Amino acid sequence: MTSLNEQQPPASGAAGLAGIAARDAVKPRNRRRYSADLSALGEPALWGFGGALALGIILIAGFLMVVLYNGATTFWPKPIDRVELTDGTVIAGVERRGTIFRPDLPRLTEDHRAEVEGNDGFAYRTLYQTANFDIYGDDFQWVADFETANITQPADFYYFERQTWGVFVGRIASMTIDGQDMAYDADVLRREQRAARQRFAEIRNLERREIGALNFQIERERLNQRRATLRLGEEAAAEIVAISQARIAELQAEFQDLQARVNEIRAHDRRFTVTLEEVGGRQITPEISQIVRYFPANTIGMADKIGIYVSRWWEFVSAEPREANTQGGVLPAIFGTVAMTLLMVVFVAPFGVITALYLREYAKQGRVTSIVRISVNNLAGVPSIVYGVFGLGFFAYTMGGTIDQLFYPENLPNPTFGKGGILWASLTLALLTVPVVIVATEEALAAVPRSMREGSLACGASKWQTIRYVVLPKALPGIMTGMILAMARGAGEVAPLMLVGVVKLAPALPIDGFYPFIHLDRSFMHLGFHIFDVGFQSRNSEAGKPMVFVTTLLLLALIVAMNATAIIIRNRLKRKYATGQF
Amino acid sequence: MNDTIEFEPTAYHVKKSPDGPALDIKDFNLWYGEAQALFGCNLEVQKGQVTALIGPSGCGKSTLLRCLNRMNDLVDGLKIEGQITVDGFDIYARGVDVIALRKRMGMVFQKPNPFAMSIYDNITYPLRVDGITKKSILDETVERALQQAALWKEVKDRLQESALGLSGGQQQRLCIARAVASDPEVLLMDEPCSALDPIATARIEELIEELKGTYSIVMVTHSMAQAARVSDNTAFMYLGRLIEYGDTDTVFTNPQKSRTNDYVTGRFG
Repeated sequence: MTSLNEQQPPASGAAGLAGIAARDAVKPRNRRRYSADLSALGEPALWGFGGALALGIILIAGFLMVVLYNGATTFWPKPIDRVELTDGTVIAGVERRGTIFRPDLPRLTEDHRAEVEGNDGFAYRTLYQTANFDIYGDDFQWVADFETANITQPADFYYFERQTWGVFVGRIASMTIDGQDMAYDADVLRREQRAARQRFAEIRNLERREIGALNFQIERERLNQRRATLRLGEEAAAEIVAISQARIAELQAEFQDLQARVNEIRAHDRRFTVTLEEVGGRQITPEISQIVRYFPANTIGMADKIGIYVSRWWEFVSAEPREANTQGGVLPAIFGTVAMTLLMVVFVAPFGVITALYLREYAKQGRVTSIVRISVNNLAGVPSIVYGVFGLGFFAYTMGGTIDQLFYPENLPNPTFGKGGILWASLTLALLTVPVVIVATEEALAAVPRSMREGSLACGASKWQTIRYVVLPKALPGIMTGMILAMARGAGEVAPLMLVGVVKLAPALPIDGFYPFIHLDRSFMHLGFHIFDVGFQSRNSEAGKPMVFVTTLLLLALIVAMNATAIIIRNRLKRKYATGQF
Repeated sequence: MNDTIEFEPTAYHVKKSPDGPALDIKDFNLWYGEAQALFGCNLEVQKGQVTALIGPSGCGKSTLLRCLNRMNDLVDGLKIEGQITVDGFDIYARGVDVIALRKRMGMVFQKPNPFAMSIYDNITYPLRVDGITKKSILDETVERALQQAALWKEVKDRLQESALGLSGGQQQRLCIARAVASDPEVLLMDEPCSALDPIATARIEELIEELKGTYSIVMVTHSMAQAARVSDNTAFMYLGRLIEYGDTDTVFTNPQKSRTNDYVTGRFG
C-alpha cells in the first residue's frame, strides 16, 4: 500500500482529474476505489424500511393471534374444580384465569400473612367461574393460592347451560319425569332433555310466529281504523271501523286458542324437572326444558368435547342471544351487520360513482373542482360520531319525521321512520364512506388511457357512449377496490350506529315473513356494537369477556368473507379487461 | 428562432386527383392558449389518394391531422381561425354535429388502441353506437372491414375472443378495420406504424396501398421512407407552417424549397 502511494501519479492525468475526485485522482487507476459511498447506497436505509414493515406485520399478526386464540378456545369445554379453602368453605367452578396480586395484609390470618410476607407481599390468585347466579348472586370468585387447601375434580359434577340464569355448576340430585320422582339416570335424562328442548322450541315457535303474526295483524287493523278515521272523519269511517272491529274480535279469539295451547304445553312441561345441587348442598329444581346443554365436565371424553365445541359454535352463529347477550348466539347481529352493509353498498355505489363521474369527466377542471375534491377528501377525516349525530338529526328526525307525518300519521305519536333504523343507519354509513368511493373512482377513471377515449370518440361515439362502453368497464376494477374499502370501513364502524338504529337486543329482524317483508324502519343488532355491549355495558362483564373475542373473530371473518367475494369479482373483471400489449 | 424564419409562401405542385379534393383546408391558424401552433395553412387533400404529412417533431402535423375530425376539441384553451371544408361544408361552422363528422372521418392512432371487448364487438362498435343492432348488417360489416384490413383470414375463427390477445400488428390492423367499419370518406392515420416492428409496418403499408382509392387517406409519419413509399402527395411542415406541398416524387427528388431539401436529405430534423 505504502509503496504504491509513493508512486507518482501520471502527470498529465492529475490536473485533468482533480475536478472529478481529488481523493482518488491522485491514485493510479488500478488503485482507485470505484465503489460508491455508503451514504449513496440505499442498503442501510433498507434495514429501516424492512424493520418498519416487520413491526407492522408483528403488530397485526399479534392482534390476530390474540383474537384467534381467545376466540377459538372460548367454546372448548373445561373441567370443573372443587376447591376446599383453608377456612373450610368449599367452592366448585371452572378456572378462568389467574393473576399475581398484592393482598391486603391486615385482613389475613396469621399463617397466611407470614406466607405472603415471605413472597414480598405478593400472592397468586385464580378466578373461578362458580356460576349459579340465582343462588350466589355472582358468577365468579377469586381464590388466592394461600387459601387453597385442596383441589379435586369430582366425576359427578356437571356443567349446565340454562335458558335463563346462566350456567349452573353442580351435581344432579334427582329428577321428575312426567310427575314421577326418580333417581338420576343418565340415559333417561338425555332423552328427556332432548324432548323437553323440542317442547321449548314449540312454545317459542307458537309465541313468536303464530302469536306474533296475530299481534301484527291486530295492530295493523287498529292502525287501519285510525287511518280511516283520520282521513275520512269519524262518521264516514264508521263502517270500516266496524268491519275492522269484527276482524279484531276474530283474531282475538284465535289468539285465545293459541294462548290456551301454549299454556297446555307449559303445564305439561312443568311435569318434567330435574333437581340440581350445588357444591354446598343447596338445591334448585328447574324444568328440564330450561337446560340448553349439560355435560359431566370432568369425565367427558375427547369426542364429546369436540361435539360440544361444535354445537356451541353452531348455537353461536345460528341462535339468538340469551342472558343479556353473554350466552347463546348472535344470529340477529350477523344478519343486521350483513343487511346494513349491503344496504349501504346499494346506496353508496351509485351515488359515489355518479359523483366521481361528473367530477372527473364532465366538470370543468379548475378551482371549483379542486375545492370540491379537497372537501371530499377532508370529509373522510370527520369523526364518525359526527356523522351519527347528523344521521340522527337529519335522516331520522327530519326526514323520518316528515315521512311519518305524510305516510304513517295513524301511528303517531309513536314514530315509524322518525327514529333510528336500518335505513337511516345505512344511509349514514353511506355518507361516511362516500369519500372513499369517490376518490377511488376518480383515480380509476383518470387511469383509463386517453388513447382509449380518443379511439371511441373517433368512431363517432358520443361522450356518454364513450364513458358507458369504454371508460367505465375499464375503470370497474378500480371502482370495485373503492367499494371494498368502503365496505370494510362501513362494516366495522360502530360509533355512528349507536345513534341511528343499533340496539343491544332487537326482537325482530329487519327482514321477516310479515308484509311488507323488508322493514327498513326497524332497529337492528350489529356485531361491532355487540362487542361493545357484551364487553363493557353488560351486568356481568366477566361473563361477557370471552364473547368479546368470539364476536370479534366472527366480525373479522364476516368482513374477510365479504371482501373476499368482492375481490374475486374484481379480479374476474380485471382479467376480462386486462390490457394487452400496450 | 421564430424570428429568423423568413416567411415565404408555400410551394405547390400537387398531383391532382380526377375526382377533385376530398378536404380543403383554407388559411388555417390554431393556438394552444397563447402559443400559435399552425400558421395560415392552405392544403387540398385529393380524393382517393394518400397524402403524407412530414416534418420534424413539433411542426404541427399531428395537430393539423387532429383538426380534421375535430379531435382537438377536447383540448382546453384551443382557438382556431380559418376553414376546413369536406365536400363544401365547413366542419368548424356553428351547429356542426361533431359526432356525425367523426363518422365520416375514420381515425387510426399511433398506438393500437383496441377496446377491451371481443374482436367482433370492436369492429361493430361504430355501428352499435349508431344504434344498429341487426345481426346480418353487423356480421357483413365485420367480414368486409376485416377483409379490407387484411385480418379476416387470421381472426375469422376467433371473432368472439378478446381483441387484447392479438399481437401489436394485428391490433393495429384491427384498429384500421374499426376505422373503416363505418365506411368513412377519409381515413386519418397518426403515425400508424410508429409502435410496430418492420414486418408489421410493411403489412400496414401494403394495406394502405390497397385502401387508397376507396378512401382518401391522410397520414402523419416520421419516416420519410414510408412517405416516399406509400403517398401520392406529401406536405412538408416546419414550425407550424406548410413549407411545400406536392407530388411525392418531386418533394423527395427535386424539392422546390431549400428547407424541404435539407429535411428530406437528412440535413436536419
